[in-house]
Amino acid sequence: MSTQVRDTALFGLVAVLLIGTGMIQGWNSALLILNMGLISAIMALGVNLQWGFAGLFNIGVMGFVALGGLATVLVSTDPVPEAWQAGGLRIMAGLVLGALTVVAAVQAQKRLEGRVKTIATLVILVGGFFLYRAVFDPGKVAVEAVNPASTGNLGGLNLPILLSWPVGGLLAAGAAWVIGKTALGLRSDYLAIATLGIAEIIIAVLKNEDWLARGVKNVIGLDRPVPYEIDLQQDPGFVERAASLGLDPVTASTLYTKIGYAILFTIVLLIILWLAQKALNSPWGRMMRAIRDNETAAEAMGKDVKGRHLQIFILGSAVCGVAGAMMTTLDGQLTPGTYQPLRFTFLIWVMVIVGGSGNNFGAVLGGMLIWWLWVQVEPLGLGLMNILSSGLADGSALKDRMIESAAHMRLFTMGVILLLVLRFSPRGLIPER
Amino acid sequence: MDFLNALVAFANFVFVPGLAYGAQLAIGALGVTMIYGILRFSNFAHGDTMAFGTAVTIKMTALLIAMGVSFGPLPTALLALPFGIGATIVLVLLIDWLVYQFYRQQKASPVILVIVSMGVMFVMNGIVRFYIGVDDIRFADGERFIITAREFRDLTGLREGLAIRTTQVITVVVALIAMALLFWFLNKTRTGKSMRAFSDNEDLALLSGINPDWVVKVTWMIVAALATTAGVLYGLDKSFKAFTYFQLLLPIFAAAIVGGLGNPLGAIAGGFVIAFSEVTITYAWKKVLTYLMPESLEPDGLVQLLSTDYKFAVSFAILIIVLLFKPTGLFKGQSV
Repeated sequence: MSTQVRDTALFGLVAVLLIGTGMIQGWNSALLILNMGLISAIMALGVNLQWGFAGLFNIGVMGFVALGGLATVLVSTDPVPEAWQAGGLRIMAGLVLGALTVVAAVQAQKRLEGRVKTIATLVILVGGFFLYRAVFDPGKVAVEAVNPASTGNLGGLNLPILLSWPVGGLLAAGAAWVIGKTALGLRSDYLAIATLGIAEIIIAVLKNEDWLARGVKNVIGLDRPVPYEIDLQQDPGFVERAASLGLDPVTASTLYTKIGYAILFTIVLLIILWLAQKALNSPWGRMMRAIRDNETAAEAMGKDVKGRHLQIFILGSAVCGVAGAMMTTLDGQLTPGTYQPLRFTFLIWVMVIVGGSGNNFGAVLGGMLIWWLWVQVEPLGLGLMNILSSGLADGSALKDRMIESAAHMRLFTMGVILLLVLRFSPRGLIPER
Repeated sequence: MDFLNALVAFANFVFVPGLAYGAQLAIGALGVTMIYGILRFSNFAHGDTMAFGTAVTIKMTALLIAMGVSFGPLPTALLALPFGIGATIVLVLLIDWLVYQFYRQQKASPVILVIVSMGVMFVMNGIVRFYIGVDDIRFADGERFIITAREFRDLTGLREGLAIRTTQVITVVVALIAMALLFWFLNKTRTGKSMRAFSDNEDLALLSGINPDWVVKVTWMIVAALATTAGVLYGLDKSFKAFTYFQLLLPIFAAAIVGGLGNPLGAIAGGFVIAFSEVTITYAWKKVLTYLMPESLEPDGLVQLLSTDYKFAVSFAILIIVLLFKPTGLFKGQSV
């Protein structure tokens, strides 16, 4: 079987799985899985850029995804003028002061020598911290006191939510630049721990800085790029067209919005995939892989290893940020409490490894396939447990136990799949070529 | 100025909790550092190994209590601990045989092993959830306090109380015993010496006839014992929740790296460094400062450098600072 036929067959398999879901569980669930699958595929592309192309071990994906989510709030929600009046400028001034402190400390590190350097850096950092807190804290308190039940934050720019997708990418890229500057020189497993920590910190910031995006009070009811179901159901033209297709208006409207999302997501996925393919097959992509395979040799050839690493770290994180913004748009709400590393970092890694690291199509396949499994393992597991325990009496402790445990099948199955792929097909379903 | 009261407040809110937390992190970090030193990879499944051992211990504790066994004023979980350790040893040896052994024979690069350990992490996390669920479980029984804040105040006549919980003392004592045993084993026994030799220079150790399979097995056994102990101590002191244990990975790794990966002494020092920094930076110092400052200078805020939710940021910041300025850690660790 030629590789092309094989790859097509694998994507065909995903299509069959989705269509099967549609026939058995309804098209609504199938489209839900497809939409999140498309987003997962984009996240997997981002991780594949970093790991597959450049061998960078980033397990802080969750943080960049969450930053993308933050972008939707900052771009699309209405600004809160009272909050800006109460303390917006103070907060901005505080943030600028904080940034200046860091810049000054870095400059002191670069310019000064010996003991003076250490003392100057410490004085700048400690002094800057207290100055920052003195300016920032009253502003924060004032802003958060403004109508805390519904806002309590500075709000956004009231721009179209689609604009938040590229902005999410930019936010993630900015964070990646800062992280890359400090942590990229580290060895692979140190970088891993560092990125794991950064992701936790980003989530902690989202949870606690209420002035930014309301923290754990969540932002709900974000704008949508597609029409609301209820509006569609009240539109006589739409109802008529739905009736001509033999659908009732409620089902038709939910399908219509989901297909709308799916089209938008597919466009973004195709653009990013096209760019990634172009990059992979360009001299730049070959250089990246050369650096990945032998850093010393690449450096000896005059390649700027650190610079290239920083570049691709930023690019990959930006892709994750875009996906994060898309996901929050799809959810219609930003809920910082739901970001969990197993789901948003390690699952993406499973997707990349299973799909085939170093191959963009592999990452897309892995994203769609693993997401389908992630959703379906639970009902499948429940079915399996029902069959296995069918011989047992109803209400027996073991039976209850087995059925209850189906809910925990997901993580276990993902781990087993990852281990099996690593063991028997370490290059993934669609290997690097 | 009231120096004594300030000191007691400091001990009550910073020193004692920090000491217990530091001991827990130190034992956890010892496990990570042992794996790194001998098997040469960062084990991401360590948090979940701790969770598994603790889960077995909790089930065993319940069984013992049901059988009417108790440990007097001490928590019954201490009696159940050996069973937890035993079960964890069986599990990690099984996983090593099924999973890691293959990659060792292939001489796979460390980063592949890290990814493999991610898979093991998922599997173990699943097993723990199957076994005990995702709820918050408290399993400490017996006497809660060695001395309560009220008793201390009555005893000394000070305004501040110092409460010392049984679990805190147990943590420190058990941690000391575990460390002493580990160092005795590494420095005095033949197997321990061969493990250190293996960690220092694998080729030379193989050349001098050290059996690598045995060294690896013993390492896993020790790591399982350390992980279970750390997990049970943490759970006794706070509570057991599978997800929290997964999150402990970050401070534990920070501790191991800050101390110097592969260096057991470093792991202990790192554990306390991380724990005390977390506690001091996220503690609201108002209480202590009110006693120390003249009345006119009394702070009106909480004097809290960072909110407690940012405790990850603290371990992380220390990690980055140490890595940037002293890449092999405070004590000399290995660099691969």
